[in-house]
Amino acid sequence: MAGKNSPKKIQIVQMEQISKYFQGIAANRNIDLTIRGGEILGLLGENGAGKTTLMNILYGLYRPDGGRILIDGEEVAFRSPRDAIRAGIGMVHQHFMLVQNHTVVENIALGDMEVPFFFPQRGMEQKLLQFQELYGLKVPPRAKVWQLSAGEQQRVEIVKALLRGADLLILDEPTSVLTPLESADLFAILRRMASEGHGVVIISHKLEEILDLCHRVVVLRKGEVVGEADTKDITKEELARMMVGRSVVFSFDWKPAPRGEVVLQVEGVTVRSDRGTVAVNQVDLTVHRREIVGIAGVAGNGQRELVEAITGLRKVESGKIQILGKDITNQSARVIHAEGVAHIPEERIRFGTVPNLLIYENAVLKRHHFAPFADVLFLDYEEIKSHAEDIVEHFTVAAPSIRVPMKHLSGGNIQKLIVGREVSAGPALLVASHPTYGLDVGATEYIRKQLLKRREEGEAVLLVSEDLEEILELSDRIAVMFEGRIMGILDRQEATIDQIGLLMGGVRG
Amino acid sequence: MQLGTVQVSVQWEVRKKQTPLLSVLTLIGALGIGFLWVGFVFVFLGVDPVFALQKIFIGSFGSLYGWKESLTKGIPLFLISSGLCVAYQAKFWNIGAESQLLMGAVCSTWFGLQFGASLSPILGIPLMFFVGFLGGALWGVIPAILKVRFGMNEVISTLMMNYVAAEFVSYLIVGPWKGSTKYGYPYTDDLPKHLLLGTIPGTRIHYVTLVLGIVISMALFILLYRTKFGYEVRVVGESPEAAKYAGIDFFRTSLWIMIISGGVAGMAGVGEVAGIHHHLSYPGNISAGYGFTAIITAWLGKLNPLGSLLSGLFFAGILVGGDAIQISLRLPAATVHIFNGILLFVLLIGNFFLNYRPVVQIRRR
Repeated sequence: MAGKNSPKKIQIVQMEQISKYFQGIAANRNIDLTIRGGEILGLLGENGAGKTTLMNILYGLYRPDGGRILIDGEEVAFRSPRDAIRAGIGMVHQHFMLVQNHTVVENIALGDMEVPFFFPQRGMEQKLLQFQELYGLKVPPRAKVWQLSAGEQQRVEIVKALLRGADLLILDEPTSVLTPLESADLFAILRRMASEGHGVVIISHKLEEILDLCHRVVVLRKGEVVGEADTKDITKEELARMMVGRSVVFSFDWKPAPRGEVVLQVEGVTVRSDRGTVAVNQVDLTVHRREIVGIAGVAGNGQRELVEAITGLRKVESGKIQILGKDITNQSARVIHAEGVAHIPEERIRFGTVPNLLIYENAVLKRHHFAPFADVLFLDYEEIKSHAEDIVEHFTVAAPSIRVPMKHLSGGNIQKLIVGREVSAGPALLVASHPTYGLDVGATEYIRKQLLKRREEGEAVLLVSEDLEEILELSDRIAVMFEGRIMGILDRQEATIDQIGLLMGGVRG
Repeated sequence: MQLGTVQVSVQWEVRKKQTPLLSVLTLIGALGIGFLWVGFVFVFLGVDPVFALQKIFIGSFGSLYGWKESLTKGIPLFLISSGLCVAYQAKFWNIGAESQLLMGAVCSTWFGLQFGASLSPILGIPLMFFVGFLGGALWGVIPAILKVRFGMNEVISTLMMNYVAAEFVSYLIVGPWKGSTKYGYPYTDDLPKHLLLGTIPGTRIHYVTLVLGIVISMALFILLYRTKFGYEVRVVGESPEAAKYAGIDFFRTSLWIMIISGGVAGMAGVGEVAGIHHHLSYPGNISAGYGFTAIITAWLGKLNPLGSLLSGLFFAGILVGGDAIQISLRLPAATVHIFNGILLFVLLIGNFFLNYRPVVQIRRR
């Protein structure tokens, strides 16, 4: 065991030709990756590029469908993280895996294979002090985890991994939950660990921190390695270009059109996330008639919270949101809908539909409250059914009948029904969150055409997507979000992939 | 599981279609297994199971007397379980119908004793039911507020409030409300004669409540499946996220759900006091656990208020049949509870098989 008791650290980890498929879709395709001891390696890419999958394979959470892993020249096959931990690999996930009501020491003792059965936390505090001296990893041993800040919790996770003998430490988006000051602390710790001979892998989409911290960077896109460089030999611009790629084809028939009056006006809006941190920070944004505004950015930079604030699902802390000149700040979702805002939600099955209700019942979700589908008390099922038939016909939803439960439809057809339902409400503003995420090519194209049609008919569309191709194909203007702020708003004509890539990575052009 | 070189694995697959035939078959299968199991319990108790089951059947639906008693006990079940259907469709787990019934009984007793003497039956009886409804509704709304405003689990709060209500009733009948005409027994005085509910001659069936139960079941069916409110109840129950997205006010909906569910349970309490006992007495006398049995009947009726009429009658029969064997075979009173438990258990398992089907894979290695 190359654990904590052996002075010898892992020298080199080689992943060769690693492939992993999920339901036939390649998450990783023939990836070669080398990680050396004493080195900090950055794994850069957009969401869905396959970074986390690759590291989960190295950590034993997934088994690769192809390829092999060599540690110091010896082939290994991990059946579970337990095997990976034995081999000296540790991982700190983006979402911490700690028991909130237990103390730090208890959490660290939990799952440690060498602690005694009785009083497992005994002696643990001594060991913790040792790490504090060695790497500056300060954690309060007796505090309960829920009392700790995100940065402290992360340190607990790191200590946990080190204590189990991790020579190679993988951190998945480690700074996403940290304040800038905590990030600086973390980087100092990681640098000290590397100088002691540990290997470190950082999964990130932030260009500056990769350049700041890492020795080497490997860029993934759509499951493949698209670039590799020493950070001292590469610029931000080059990295951004690698990350987002250039394979953009403008295949849609997009015609310039003069934009009309302002439909949505967002002024200085600040919104908090579920965790209470500021998720949307002083955002200004307008969407006009006959215009599609695209919001680009890596997921988790405040797009979801902004959409929820606009559609009435989340409280606005400060600022003002207007629809056609009418203030709708902190109104209920029902009022905002009545004011003309339709919403294709991000998690379409959880939020957009009720899987166990019938298709026709789903066809009026949200509008069930209004005429012609209801009077004061009763629903008009005749009207509802004929409306559902209309949607199914006009939006080519493949359904056996409108009398089957929604859950029997495929993903693409569910989305077509949602789009049909929202569009048929004749909204002034259509907010579409990741409208084609996970859909097949046909459904994707159909839905993009529907969005363009809204624009041609003179309505306003706010499109949130991680798919840059989609954003560039459809949008008149592109706003890029990073850490809750809009980094810049680019006109379609002047927008370049390089520029968007830089803004997405938090670099102002 | 491994058998030599053959590997056997069982996976549960969600059934896409549930035909009515399959529903009926699983119901029959579940009840069959349930009665078989109950039969074993009888053997264990030293009783011939065939004879005992026969007794149960004759005591419930196999004789005129049985029918009279089954209908009488069915009345509160009809009311309570159709109210519970509304709550459970919203996945609001009201386990407190027993106490909502008791509070209905308490409030209507108070009203009857306080104001009854000067009221005509035409006015007094509807008012009594109304006050009973309010009592149950108020008791039901408290857990709803605790849940939505303070995040308290409604299973715990409704369950605990059962004990509170029961102790409260006991306190009233031995304390401040103890009747002056009851020779020291822990009962309240009888309600005024003209406010007592009429019964079908030769039975204990208080027909006003019976009609009320059937009408309310039908009304709640319409409420659930034909109105905006019912639609919202079902959306809330199936997907809280979709409900939020659709702009449904969770607080308001929860309040109304518990007003309805608690209120109709309260009306069942009025029926028990004004139709059967004529006064308030020990909680165990006022309700033979109807609030709990109704949980079973609501599920057995597939959370459909009309279905719960049938299942309510069926379970009332089991209660009556249980009484019959208790007397004729001298079995302990708890036997009936064992019955209820076993039947609920097999019905839930039957439901599982209705929703999932096993896929057995056999692979040679």
